[in-house]
Parts: sequence; structure tokens; C-alpha cells
Amino acid sequence: MKKTYPVEVDCANCASKMEDAVKGTPGVRDASLNFMTLKLKVEFEEGADERTVMEEALRRCRRVERDCSIEF
Amino acid sequence: MKYRFTKKQKRMLCRILSAAAVFAAGIVLGRIDGLNVWISRSFFLLSYLIVGYDVLWDALRGIVRGQVFDENFLMAVASLGAIVISDYPEAAAVMLFYQVGELFQSVAVGKSRHSIASLTAIRPDVANLLTDGCAEKVDPEDVPAGSLIAVNPGERVPLDGVIVEGETSLDTSALTGESLPVEAKAGDAIVSGSINLTGAVTVRTTKEFGESTVSRILELVEDSVSRKSQPEAFITKFAKIYTPAVCALALALFAVPPVVIRLCGGGWEFSEWLRRALTFLVISCPCALVLSIPMTFFGGIGCASHNGILVKGSNYLETLARAGAVVFDKTGTLTEGRFAVTDVTVCGPMEEGDVLKYAAFAEAVSTHPVAAAIRAAYGAAPGKDDVRDIKEIAGRGVEATVLDRRVTVGRDSSPDRAKVGVTVAVTVDGETVGYITASDRVKDDSKAALDALRGLGVSDSYMLTGDRGDSARLVAEKTGVGSVRAELLPSDKVGELEKIIAGSSSPVIYAGDGINDAPSLARADVGVAMGALGSDAAIEAADVVIMDDDIKKVPLAVRIARKTMRIAKENIIFALGVKAVCLILGALGVAGMWIAIFADVGVMVLAVLNAARALRI
Repeated sequence: MKKTYPVEVDCANCASKMEDAVKGTPGVRDASLNFMTLKLKVEFEEGADERTVMEEALRRCRRVERDCSIEF
Repeated sequence: MKYRFTKKQKRMLCRILSAAAVFAAGIVLGRIDGLNVWISRSFFLLSYLIVGYDVLWDALRGIVRGQVFDENFLMAVASLGAIVISDYPEAAAVMLFYQVGELFQSVAVGKSRHSIASLTAIRPDVANLLTDGCAEKVDPEDVPAGSLIAVNPGERVPLDGVIVEGETSLDTSALTGESLPVEAKAGDAIVSGSINLTGAVTVRTTKEFGESTVSRILELVEDSVSRKSQPEAFITKFAKIYTPAVCALALALFAVPPVVIRLCGGGWEFSEWLRRALTFLVISCPCALVLSIPMTFFGGIGCASHNGILVKGSNYLETLARAGAVVFDKTGTLTEGRFAVTDVTVCGPMEEGDVLKYAAFAEAVSTHPVAAAIRAAYGAAPGKDDVRDIKEIAGRGVEATVLDRRVTVGRDSSPDRAKVGVTVAVTVDGETVGYITASDRVKDDSKAALDALRGLGVSDSYMLTGDRGDSARLVAEKTGVGSVRAELLPSDKVGELEKIIAGSSSPVIYAGDGINDAPSLARADVGVAMGALGSDAAIEAADVVIMDDDIKKVPLAVRIARKTMRIAKENIIFALGVKAVCLILGALGVAGMWIAIFADVGVMVLAVLNAARALRI
């Protein structure tokens, strides 16, 4: 399953840090964050629950960049 | 559309302004003789905290999590270092300028994001699903293929489909860059992402949302940044070693020279060298570098898609910019891809128009492309009783009674006439009255496009075709293609292309319509699919997709690519150059911390403005 979410983040460097954080979240097969369009594309693993995975992903993102948000 | 400050940016602006006011008050108080030095210092500290408390906080959190070398950390260390050497104004100024820079960056990025967003704002939000005649507004993702939807004037077509009722004109400019509206009526295919201009239509969807043109295009543009070009990859890698390297230099600058000077008999002068080391920390911030290059490429890709050219990755812009040879497929690329009557030769007393009329009427129901060309050339359809007894003879032609005379239209095989395209002989009552030649017309713009490519230095041009040599050569003459490889089977084309690639010292562009040359599109250094709107195979195989079949967009794509690369190089050289100069001046003690910040902010703003130029061609 692939989904795209709008995100909010301020700098290009932080965006790539967020991307790495989402990639490391359990249940995420792959992720890419486009800083120019502010879109986060997440490919979930089979059977993963979108909501719990995304909550964890956001928590991890907040850890590297306090001031960010993902709409899901 | 005008860009507006976000709430966050407004809040930041307020903080900067109030901190600046407090800072100014600190300077004034510092000038008053006899006043305790701590009064002005406390003003500087207050200003420092107003504008920088979040930076300090984030830096602290970063340290706890082991995230050193981020910009918050660098700024916090640099400014706290200034406080340690009792340079309170410097500490406040560093933080102030840093935040001004961040605000500038945020506004500049917001602005260009805004202009790019308007280029890609083609996602439809809603579909009017018809169930039992009632329209219900639903998410386009929830509409299965084969459903009926209503599309009202002013709405964006949400899904690919076929019109079953109504007629309208469609604005496809967001997809093709072509501003002329397209007429569509019942039975015509309708492409998602275009805007319904005039009439309400009912559409039977043929694809789900995920498979529809609009989502494929969006996916393509949004994914394009993940394929990085060399300059982008370079700058990302460079930034990763740059910051630690400059930090190490800063440490060395703090530790080594004072010791050396001391050994040579001088004083310790720690604070001076600490100041220079802190300047280095400020210069080590990588954001201007990291930001400006990807932004340039995104601008270039945005500019291309605005012109109906989809580029699947910045790496293809790079290859396109270096291309030195171009290979064209003939049919549908250099030529229109459909037959048109190009010549009517009359033999005997009958007028040209009448020859066409008899032929067109006799071919009234034939599906052969030549028949369609003849009908189109004559223009009018026969009356109800004008044509009787139509007999089609496969591979030979057609026989019919037209206006009570016996007419045959059949392939003319005499070799001298059958030079270009297809010639048919027309007989009326057994007597040959004329010959009609139909051929695939060369596009009006083909020659101009090839000239433009040559002007851009893409000097070698080739044409691949399955057609006979003589008709291929005629097309080559008309368009100015350098060399021709004719009579190729679809499977031979790739082999021929590979030979050309092997013989070329620079990247080779292949432009085709994707109908039987998907392997070539995939094999070329840059595969350009023409007229790809609705052709999934072509979109899949190509690296660059031209939505309509306007061949002039091939040189346009090269021009956009060149400009983007030029701007990217300018930005790299400029940003690195200024950083290098600052490092030297900082080491010599000429440039202080806040000059370094100014340089950083200045570089970034100029780089971002320069990158914004890539949006326009």
C-alpha cells in the first residue's frame, strides 16, 4: 500500500532527516519526502496498520525536528 | 496569486523586530559614559534570548539525542562562545542575523513552492458519481472503472473515460501546455486533469483514479526529485563532509595558533583565536548549499511540466543538457502519423474534384487509412442513394456503383508512380480517370525543430523507420534529418539505436511516439515519448514525456535542461566560492561572525532567487 501525506517542515536539511526517520519506522517499507512539494510518500509493509505506523513515524520525526507535522 | 506570510513567519518577524529594538537600545545604552556596563549587556542578553531561545532549546535537545552538527547546535555554540569571551553584542547579532536568514529562506522557498504548486495543481478533489440518475459527490479514488460520472462546466475531469452524453470543449493546458480548447462530444475519450469549459457531460469511466492520467502525471512529477542529478548528489555528499570538516578546522584554529604563537614568544591571545574559530562554526552551516541545487532542478522540472513536458528526474535534465545526437522515429514523430491526400493526377477529361468525388463515394464505408484520407480530402458525404453495391476486395481496393456509374478504386502498382506513400488508380466505367496519392504528411514544425536542435549543438540527427527507403529519404529531405535508416522491423530499431549510441561521444536522445518503439525509448540515454497523452506504455518507458505531439518541444526541453544546468552550476560555484572566501577572511580575522552570517544569508537568498529563474524559459 502506498499513500501520500502533506507535511510541514522548514528546512531542506530537516526534510531529509525526517525522511530517514520515517524510513526507519517499523511497518514502513520505503518513504520519500519531497521538500519542494511538501509531500511524504510512504510505502507500507503488508498488513501494517496505517494509523499506528504513521503515529510512530510522526513521533520519530518530532524527535529529529521538533517543529514538523504530518497530516494523516 | 500573491504569496502571503504564514502564521509562523509572522511570529518570527515579530520576534526579530522586537529583538532588534532591544538590541538597538543596548547599543545606545552602551554609549552612555558612566553607566554600568551590565545594563547594556543585559539588553543584549535579552535581545539574544528573545530571538534565539528556540535555537538554544533545539540545540540542547539535539545534544541529548546525539545530534551534533545540526545548525541549531552550531549557532548555539557560536553565540555562547561569544558570550564566554564577553562579546555580548556579537552573540545577539549572530542570533539575530541567523533568524533573519532563516526567515528569508522560508519566505523564498515558500514563494517558489507557491509558483511550482500552481503548475501541478491538477489533482481533482471530487467526482459526481451517478447512481440511478442521482449525482453524489465522492472522492475520485472511490469510483470504480465503468461508473457513470457527471462533469459540469468549470469542473476538472476527475477520471479518464468516454463521453456518453453531451458535448463540450476541454481545456487541456494543464496537461499539454496547449492553450487552445479541444472539442469533445459523445463517443470521444476524455482525459482526467483537463477542465470542462462549456457544457455538462456524462462520462463512463474507463480507469480507476490510480490508473488515470492525472494521477500518473502527478506521481511522475512528484517522484522526479528522487532521481538525483550529479550536481545534487555532489552537493548532498559535500554538505555531509563539509560541516564536520569546517568544525574540525574551527577546533584546530582555536587550539593550534595560540600554542604556536606562545612557543614563538608571543602571548596566549586565546579569546582572539576563539573568536575566529566561532566564525568558522557560523560558516560551516550547510543550508544554503543543500537548498539551492535541488530547488534549481525542481524549478526546471516545474518549468518543463508547465510547457507540457514531463521530466521523470533531474538526472534526465542533466543528460538532456549534454545530448549531442538525436534519433527520431518517422511515423507520428516527424510526420503526422496519418494519411492525407498529397497529389491528384488527372488523366482524361474529368476534373480533379470529380475524380476525388467518385473515389470518395466509392470508398464511403471503407476503413482503410487511404480511404479515410480521400474522404477527408473531398469533404462531403454521398447522398442516400448515390452509392450502391459496394464490394471490397481485400488488398486490392473497392468496387461500387456511384451515381449510376461503375467505379473502382484500387492500388496502383506501377513502380514509377508509387514513390511516396500510396497511390490508387480510379476508374469510371472501366476507364482510368486519375490517380490519387495519399501519404503521411511531414509535420509543419519538423524542419524548424531540427534546425533549432542543430542551433543548440545537437548536430547529429537520425531517422529510423520501417518504411521503404525512397519515401523515407523524401521525409529526410523535407526535414533536414542527417541520416536515414529505413526498412527496419520494429525489433531492428533498438539494434540500430544501439549502434548510434555506441558511435556517439555524447548522450543520444530518442524521440518516438511509443507505439512500437517502447524498447528504443527505454534504451536511449534520454527517451522522449511524443503525443503520450493516454499512451501508458510510452509514459512507462520514456524518461521525458511530451504530452501532445508538438515536435518543437524537443528543442524546448533541451533548452530548459541547459538553462537549469547552467543555473545549478552557477549556484554551486557561487555558494562554494563565497564560503571559501569567508573561511579565508575568517581565519585571518578580517571577517567577524556577523559578516559570516551575512555572507551565508546573502548566498542563500541570491542562490534561491537564481534558482527561481529556472521556472521561466
